[in-house]
Amino acid sequence: MARKDTITINGDEFSFNEGETILQIANRNGIDIPTLCYMKGLNPTGACRICVVEVKGARNLVPSCATPAMNNMVVETESERVIKSRKLNIELLLASGRHNCITCEKNGDCRLQDLAYRYKVETVRFPESETRYETETNALIIRDFSRCILCGRCVQVCNEVQVNRAISYGYRGSASKIVAVGDLPLNESDCVFCGECVQACPVGALTENPSRFQGRPWEVEKVQTTCPYCGVGCQMNLHIKDNKVIKITGTEDVAPNFASLCVKGRFGYDFINKPERLTVPLIKEAGSLKNASWDDALSLTAKRLVDIKSKYGPDSIGIFSSAKITNEENYIAQKFARAVIGTNNVDHCARLCHASTVAGLAAAFGSGAMTNSVADIEKSKLILVTGSNTTEAHPVISSYIKRAVESGSAKLIVVDPRRIPLTKFATLWLRQNLGTDVAWANGMMHVIISEALYDSNYVKDRTEGFEELKKTVEKYDPAFVSKITGISADDIIKAARMYANSRPASIFFAMGITQHSTGTDNVKSMANLAMLCGNVGVPGGGVNPLRGQNNVQGACDLGALPNVFSGYQPVGDPAVREKMEKAWGVNGLPETSGLTITEMVKGAQDGKLKALYIIGENPLVSDPDINHVEQGLKNLELLVVQDIFLSDTAKIADIVLPSASFAEKDGTFTNTERKVQLVRKAIDPPGKAKQDWEIICELSNRMGYAMEYTDSKAIMEEMNSVTPSYAGISYSRLENGGLHWPCPAPDHPGTPILHVGTFTRGLGQFHAIEYIPPAEVTDEDYPLYLTTGRVLYHFHTRTMTMQSEGLNELSPECFVEISPQDAADYNIKQGDLLRVHSRRGEIQAMARVSDQAIKGTIFIPFHFAKAAANRLTNPALDPIAKIPEFKVCAIRIEKV
Amino acid sequence: MKRIDSPKKLEDIRKEIIGARDPDKPCITICSGTGCRAFGSENVTESFRKELKKHGLEETIDVRTTGCHGFCEKGPVVVINPHGIFYQKVSPKDTNEIITETLLNNKVIERLLYTHPETGQKIVKESEIPFYKGQMRVIFGNNGKIDPTSIDDYIAIGGYSALSITLTDYSPVEIIEIIKKSGLRGRGGGGFPAGVKWESCRNAAGNKHYVICNADEGDPGAYMDRSLLEGNPHSVLEGMIIGAYAIGSDEGYIYVRNEYPLAVRNVEIAIASLKECGLLGENILGSGLNFDIKVSRGGGAFVCGESSALVASLEGRVGEPRAKHIHRVESGIWDQPTNLNNVETWANVPLIINKGVDWYTSIGTEGSKGTKIFSLVGKVNNTGLVEVPMGMNIKEIVYEIGGGIPEGRKLKAVQTGGPSGGVIPESLMDVPVDFDRLTDVGSMMGSGGMIVMDDKTCMVDTAKYFMNFLRGESCGKCTTCREGTQRMYEILEAISNGDGKEGDIELLEELSWAVAEGSLCALGQTAPNPVLSTIRYFRDEYEAHIKEKRCPAGVCKALITYSIDEENCTGCGACKKVCPVEAITGEKKELHTIDPDKCIRCGACMAACNFDAVKVV
Repeated sequence: MARKDTITINGDEFSFNEGETILQIANRNGIDIPTLCYMKGLNPTGACRICVVEVKGARNLVPSCATPAMNNMVVETESERVIKSRKLNIELLLASGRHNCITCEKNGDCRLQDLAYRYKVETVRFPESETRYETETNALIIRDFSRCILCGRCVQVCNEVQVNRAISYGYRGSASKIVAVGDLPLNESDCVFCGECVQACPVGALTENPSRFQGRPWEVEKVQTTCPYCGVGCQMNLHIKDNKVIKITGTEDVAPNFASLCVKGRFGYDFINKPERLTVPLIKEAGSLKNASWDDALSLTAKRLVDIKSKYGPDSIGIFSSAKITNEENYIAQKFARAVIGTNNVDHCARLCHASTVAGLAAAFGSGAMTNSVADIEKSKLILVTGSNTTEAHPVISSYIKRAVESGSAKLIVVDPRRIPLTKFATLWLRQNLGTDVAWANGMMHVIISEALYDSNYVKDRTEGFEELKKTVEKYDPAFVSKITGISADDIIKAARMYANSRPASIFFAMGITQHSTGTDNVKSMANLAMLCGNVGVPGGGVNPLRGQNNVQGACDLGALPNVFSGYQPVGDPAVREKMEKAWGVNGLPETSGLTITEMVKGAQDGKLKALYIIGENPLVSDPDINHVEQGLKNLELLVVQDIFLSDTAKIADIVLPSASFAEKDGTFTNTERKVQLVRKAIDPPGKAKQDWEIICELSNRMGYAMEYTDSKAIMEEMNSVTPSYAGISYSRLENGGLHWPCPAPDHPGTPILHVGTFTRGLGQFHAIEYIPPAEVTDEDYPLYLTTGRVLYHFHTRTMTMQSEGLNELSPECFVEISPQDAADYNIKQGDLLRVHSRRGEIQAMARVSDQAIKGTIFIPFHFAKAAANRLTNPALDPIAKIPEFKVCAIRIEKV
Repeated sequence: MKRIDSPKKLEDIRKEIIGARDPDKPCITICSGTGCRAFGSENVTESFRKELKKHGLEETIDVRTTGCHGFCEKGPVVVINPHGIFYQKVSPKDTNEIITETLLNNKVIERLLYTHPETGQKIVKESEIPFYKGQMRVIFGNNGKIDPTSIDDYIAIGGYSALSITLTDYSPVEIIEIIKKSGLRGRGGGGFPAGVKWESCRNAAGNKHYVICNADEGDPGAYMDRSLLEGNPHSVLEGMIIGAYAIGSDEGYIYVRNEYPLAVRNVEIAIASLKECGLLGENILGSGLNFDIKVSRGGGAFVCGESSALVASLEGRVGEPRAKHIHRVESGIWDQPTNLNNVETWANVPLIINKGVDWYTSIGTEGSKGTKIFSLVGKVNNTGLVEVPMGMNIKEIVYEIGGGIPEGRKLKAVQTGGPSGGVIPESLMDVPVDFDRLTDVGSMMGSGGMIVMDDKTCMVDTAKYFMNFLRGESCGKCTTCREGTQRMYEILEAISNGDGKEGDIELLEELSWAVAEGSLCALGQTAPNPVLSTIRYFRDEYEAHIKEKRCPAGVCKALITYSIDEENCTGCGACKKVCPVEAITGEKKELHTIDPDKCIRCGACMAACNFDAVKVV
């Protein structure tokens, strides 16, 4: 066996692995070599020259970050020559701009300052360089070029970590500047304000504008928690001063985001501290909401609920739980519905986003969640993204995808009618007609089967229903599919071959697949495709629905659904009911499935539902066909809303209960990859607001069912005992990082990949599915299609993001994205005010003529209450999942 | 153009081309290199064509526009063949006379001949002119014989015979052996043995091997590579094809700066004709060799001549050098093995194959074989491009080829190696041009810049000039280079402005050390050379600036005043006329005076005075 190679650093010998740099070996062995530009995990640029060391025999000092160790190398890291070079380097940097620390935001957290101290650079022999470039300020980021030391960390993270490619080096020599395209200000450039550059900046050149003069590094306490926006579950540090969140940074070295955040996560926290937050309960008196005590509000609520229950029966009451609140709170909400009210009428907004995923994947695999972990993207050879504008809706996951493509580890197929930003990275982009997803998936499978590219062993050993599938897709030859989908036959064939020949291949999808009247069919088609090529249950493969809310996965997991208890245990199963009755100390839990959100709204309209208890949801903006929603809610005898703001829905409530935001509570969220992560209380809630679980518990106590928990941890312990997939998850384990469910025992490591070896349901089930057109198609009166979705800068009904000045500045209002061809046909110019009609309503918004849109289809973001896209959308439901068809309806437009 | 698909076909076509040409047919050869173009050679060519037409002589007299002849000082240069009559500074108004007198009546026009500066003798033939006589123009000489846009011209003088021999007689490894034995060292500055580099690249593992020609010549005043690419692109391409064969490459790039439009054009024409006749593409000369060359145009950043920055730029990224431990031969463009040589190095390859290792190694010194082309500029009579055998000493180049210093002034120093080179003082003028010896005296071979300085050259000003260039061309990546060169420039500027302080020289030395020690690429590592070498040889001049606030060479404007000598002034008014700021007053035929407050020290008055009355103090 060959002798292990060794290197001598400062007189001590160390062994190393091939390719390790001097710096890595030193770091590993506790030798502190200072760095400025070095970014762990990225290719070293060797630019700052601070980490130079002396290598015996080398002509010059070498940068330790970029120099691989060689056998018998002799290194000195703090020799006189090294120190002399570092000192002069620091001196040059200190003279290179306005490095006055007194009012600098980074004072006390500045690497240059630390280095000057460490190397005792007391005097600077050079005059301070003139400020060559003016400081640039926008709502979110301040770029002070006089403090920039051109280390290039910002450029590296923008290009190599987030892959936003917004900034690079401009000019040369001492005139060098970090520039956006054309040296434009950031807010006129391709910058998406993720702030990764700000976090990477070692000095005060890039700082968060909203945090300016809010507190100094040594005055703040940092609390790690989980992001309250989308389902990626980014870990973030809240910077707290005087019970206020003054800044947010991504938590370093922790999955899934490893310090990355998006613009909402990093800058969208204003809502927490807003004076508009609800601080006291409100009771409607004589048509208007008046401040009330908790005692009055809770007693009144309890009394009204008891009355309605006794008058109309328990199923006349419904509960909207929430994808924003914690797992513990969802558990308590569904327990309240089932054990206290006695109804299964509990649901939440997953109905509007991934109900079809849960139904479809449960039918195919036996479990309705993302099969693989986010980190698995790095193992994929091919990534198929469809119906997901990932860069805007799940930015941090999109960075994984972009990195995979950029590094050459994976090819990317995008199937989307819109020219979404990911298409720039795609090897192949298929632009299908709206609502034709089953057709293109069948087309791909037709090619894969007819060319025998599928994994026959996998199909034989692990699945059932292949023959039926084969028979059904037979007629979906590329020419036939091309006619339906508008995708060329060639591209169908190309995509099929690429998908089948690159294994493992993963599929990512979101609302573009699920929010259809054929949503469940669409999801099953994705499952078919993945199983056909043996891509389920393998690292780097999978069918991966991207969940849109921080805890939509957890709300489903903990039973905020009308048909299951926590852990997807069916309410119809007597054994399960018996277990729950025993655990909860009640008898006669309801055995039939309750109403879904959409059905509850319908029930309210019809007068069958008398009371609705809504936690943290805003159906007056989020649900389809709002005009009818409004009628329904007004028809109720009792509407209780528990929220952090007086939302549009809260405004029409009879009782409003103020709750705590994510920053004000302990608990857990489960992210899109089924990973349970801690939420930590960083500040006290405003006024008299309470955590959601506390409110429900107190209400329950008043209704005669004792709910006594000391804290959220106690709720988790109860969840453990009745929920097999969460049985092994405890706060103490989560302190060391999240756990993927199923995690059935305290010593179980969690399950990042589902269906390994066997599917949850045993064999994977192929479903033979025929293409069905959307529920509403265009005609003479409504000649265009409308599709809806998100923009990067806002979230859902904007309850949170509208509170942020910066986000509002970047995305101030609703728009109608229309293709240049349609714009020409209708003589529409950029910025024209348009009126958009559907059979259900009309809204007005500005035209945004863009080649992101495809001819014949306009796009409207659904965030804006003033021009609510959901006044137009079609409430037609998927027959199985009851998800509405948000993604397709027929409209007409005219200029105002 | 016919397909040339075998060595035999090449020889047949060569015979055909030569056979169709009458060696005695008169031919007007007009230099169309960049220097002569600047002097208006395109108009001269046009005028010749017009006049020939007028005389009805288009068929009987050929006109050939060639690449640079090297003697740029005397452009536009015209050579009348077959007799080789050399005319200098030809203008369109001379063309009719040349046709009627020289071509039709065999008379030499005295006025257009070169005059020996010492003997006053008129010299008729190019080869007799001292500028050319001392040279050994084995690489550069063909420039004057061919039209660079004509592949026929190149084939007629033996072009592609080296390639033919290579593919017929030698294995790739044997070619590498030949190049190694020849001692050919890279002409781009580093002087790395080319054969060794080729061998490492050949042996490096990769999916694909690349060869690159570095034509990103960026030194101020240097234009050797430009003139070769403009004047004889096929010699470079032939070298690259031979290199591709030896290394096992099927794809090559020429990285040439966009500011060299003629070089880009001529090399693109040459590549197109090679593709047409099959000397580039698949199965070259029936040997099974596949090779293609693409031209990539650079944006003119000096640093892109550095190999790793060049590769970055070629790949479409920001042209910045990358870590040095990654060797280009193993991981160059697209991370594949890549062999990069400069224009002149490639052009040496066919010569070595054709004439043999013994012939080649007979030229030059122990460690530096062959010839080197220099761009001889500055305070020297015969500026231009000169090709000399390695080992010739600088004094010979300056005096025998360069014709000495104008106005009989004193030689002070010669700067070699481009901006990162150094100055060599007059006392060391017998140092031979040799990679190692130039380094010994604190300068370097570089790519072949040679700037002659007389006693009116200020060394602080010289150092400042080069630092100004380097601070602007530093890519800005390494702190030491970006900030250090800027500070060095500022200190030099202060010294030449009379604001120098005690300790500035030491601070310059410390900065020089730090920049050289701490910078990634050769640009930074050698950037202090102009400062260090001027301090080394002319420290007293720095001290005069700092301590006495005096510029001994009379160059640094802040430290000099112009005045008019009472004795010599005739009151002619010539100085007053040229003064751009009306600083000179005085009546006709009376003593003139200069107002020092208005004077901008441009020196126009001094140049205009015929009586040596304007003095610098």
